[in-house]
Amino acid sequence: MTDLINVSYDTQIPNNVGLSSDKRVLKALEKWHPGYINWWSDLIPQNFQQSLVYLRTAVSVDPKGWAKFDYVKMPEYRWGVLLAPQVEDRRIPCGEHVGQPAWQEVPGEYRNMLKRLIVIQGDTEPASVEQQRFLGLTAPSLYDLRNLFQVNVEEGRHLWAMVYLLHKYFGADGREEADDLLRRQSGSEEAPRMLGAFNEETPDWLSFFMFTYFTDRDGKMQLEALAQSGFDPLSRTCRFMLTEEAHHMFVGETGVGRTIERTCEVMKAHGIDDPFDTARIRALGVIDLPTIQKKLNLHYTLSLDLFGQEVSTNAANAFNSGIKGRYMEHRLTDDHQLKADTYTVWDFEGGKLVRKEVPALTAINMRLRDDYTRDAAGGVGRWNKIIEKSGIQFEMKLPHESFHRQIGVFSGKPFAPDGTLLSGEEYDRRAPEWLPTRADGDFIQSLMKPVTEPGQYAGWIAAPKVGIDNKPGDFEYVKLYMA
Amino acid sequence: MNAPVKQHLIDPEICIRCYTCEMTCPVEAIVHDDQNVVVDAEKCNFCMDCIPVCPTGSIDEWRIVETPWSLEAQFGWQELPPQADLAPSIEALDDAMAALLAEAHLGAGGKSRAPASATKPTVNLHTLGKPATARVTGNFRLTDDPAHDVRHIILDFGNQPMPVLEGQSIGIIPPGADAQGRPYLPRLYSISSPRDGERVNFNNLSLTVKRQEQGVCSNYVCDLKIGDEVQVTGPFGATFLMPDDPAARLLMICTGTGSAPFRGFTMRRQRVANAQGDMTMVFGARTPASLPYFGPLAKVPERLLKKHLVFSRQPGAAKEYVQDRMMAEQEAIADLLMDPRTHIYICGLRGMEQGVDLAFRSIAESRGLPWEIFRDAMRDEGRYHVETY
Repeated sequence: MTDLINVSYDTQIPNNVGLSSDKRVLKALEKWHPGYINWWSDLIPQNFQQSLVYLRTAVSVDPKGWAKFDYVKMPEYRWGVLLAPQVEDRRIPCGEHVGQPAWQEVPGEYRNMLKRLIVIQGDTEPASVEQQRFLGLTAPSLYDLRNLFQVNVEEGRHLWAMVYLLHKYFGADGREEADDLLRRQSGSEEAPRMLGAFNEETPDWLSFFMFTYFTDRDGKMQLEALAQSGFDPLSRTCRFMLTEEAHHMFVGETGVGRTIERTCEVMKAHGIDDPFDTARIRALGVIDLPTIQKKLNLHYTLSLDLFGQEVSTNAANAFNSGIKGRYMEHRLTDDHQLKADTYTVWDFEGGKLVRKEVPALTAINMRLRDDYTRDAAGGVGRWNKIIEKSGIQFEMKLPHESFHRQIGVFSGKPFAPDGTLLSGEEYDRRAPEWLPTRADGDFIQSLMKPVTEPGQYAGWIAAPKVGIDNKPGDFEYVKLYMA
Repeated sequence: MNAPVKQHLIDPEICIRCYTCEMTCPVEAIVHDDQNVVVDAEKCNFCMDCIPVCPTGSIDEWRIVETPWSLEAQFGWQELPPQADLAPSIEALDDAMAALLAEAHLGAGGKSRAPASATKPTVNLHTLGKPATARVTGNFRLTDDPAHDVRHIILDFGNQPMPVLEGQSIGIIPPGADAQGRPYLPRLYSISSPRDGERVNFNNLSLTVKRQEQGVCSNYVCDLKIGDEVQVTGPFGATFLMPDDPAARLLMICTGTGSAPFRGFTMRRQRVANAQGDMTMVFGARTPASLPYFGPLAKVPERLLKKHLVFSRQPGAAKEYVQDRMMAEQEAIADLLMDPRTHIYICGLRGMEQGVDLAFRSIAESRGLPWEIFRDAMRDEGRYHVETY
């Protein structure tokens, strides 16, 4: 009998889906595997490939087995195919098929929609590794370097997860799509990644932390929605990916938090109370709070664009067909069909911001985005506690959703972060107060100097409160090759 | 007054509110409000499912309290309250096992601490109520001495997680019941294999067990046949662990089956390359025939492990005990004592403690060090460990 909890190592690809007895898929994956390894090898600088990194690897999808820590060389990391255990008698949770048994095979009428969702999700995973490829060279500590690599290998594993679904359930065109996931490249002219935010470079570590906090949180919400899918293999895949995604949230939240903490600490030590005394603060080698707010504005608004149009028939179709649910669908108590329900969204009418009731079905994206914003606001509140504790008068804020948008009804409109509509001229004049300028980027870049001594941290960021896997402060998270 | 209890808590300053623990908890003991994620002391059964899934480490917090904190109190926290009194390391979550280990560690003269670089151990993953089932895959006789039947037992855990570290113990539940008709409680045995298994990446471990004349459990274990199933609790122990530091130097003093953890330490060092620190072992037995692992030990190279095998009943030779050899090697041992990278481990029958302690005292004083103060300092740094029975 196939063991569906523990990871089997009897094939080249660790898995808990019984690959060894599924020759067709095994063969397809083994054919895909070298291309993946090449992609990985070309991406990560060679001395890091040879370094020993203290990574966690899942040995089982049982809660007790999925965080085993040890030193691993990244190319030897056991990328694998892991699905959460099957829930007995699981039912389609939403849409017109609600209550029917969940699909174990792809329902023919939704094949294309499903494939498209899987490909889009799959495309973001390698993209972020590509965006972050140069960060290892400027890591503020070995601890942060480890966290970066953990995020990277898990994004790699998430790509595997999507590729498995494509190979297993979508035949020849699934294999083609899987190959294309390795062909497209973030920022490439000829074959860019599918979503805009994933073609931007991640130029520095503050951007990386903001990216993991905001953009990966969008990823988390998408996974949450796909975990509710009536297509059971997709649901099980996403449920297990979510447990890994939590680590990325952690890297983002604590990364920004430690940056803020260090700035406050240095300001206090030098008797600076005014957070806008930028020149003096920057001269001390830390990032001033207004600049951190600007980075927040940028990354938050980019991530809002990832949720798509306010009113979307695609999203309505995905929900109605039971392919994609809402956040925590199983805990919601409505009819799970939304036939007559409405949902309130922002709109732009007659030159004004208005709240408007629209059919709940077409507002599925906005509902997920509102859940996202609530989730994201929590961490911002915890960052503010750090500032408050230091006694400095400053508050980080999420900007209004009309600000700096490229997609949806507010696209390209000159809104201020507080939601006031400005003239284009005034917006352009004030934009440098709200969004990072080239000079801001250059300043942050000037601080990005690698620190490779165990237990030491770059001057612009505080040490973490607890180590990974409860390791002591001077633990050597990465044993650098030829360091 | 209530007896103090262990309470599971979450550190609100570290937690990022991802709710992964809440979704994992099989008994819905974890809940959240807009502020905090908290554990309901009335529901939490220490099953530990939530521990590995937490990305932050905030979940792995335990306090010994007289009255458990309520949910409301925890919701209001900005930070964790400190432990009221400096409590010992939690070596086991159930009282019976914790008491056994506390007794075994008494010889250290105070609260034991794990080496600073030790890997964080898992404790109590499998409990008396929900033990793991292991299958016996080996039972080898290690000694050629009828009065000292010592066995090397290999247990395979199949698909059940059993994350152990060298120096930890597991509990074996012997079948049957005592004179009052109560089922037997588990007996503790030190693991003698390294963390990645007796055989690498086979989910197995080994024990080193000596048959005791009237021993309910030791006879049961020594008589196990290949294929037999054994009920196992644990792992237990959070201080008698090896440093995860290639430069650390290890001085290991043992008698008989007290060698079990040191077999694990040695194999760990053999499997992880790049160890720069050395290991020294002083191992006492009656005769070579009654010294467990006499043959395999001979094959471990001296540059990795300096071996002092001493015998107290060797025909034609003077009786020699471990403390005698320590004195004979006092210069080398004094050098080890003076080196802050050195970790000392003592394991075996309780009777060995006194002689070893006296030898250390004499060696320390020869270098002008007041032994007890020095030992206590080493212990507080997690560098002095005793486990005797």
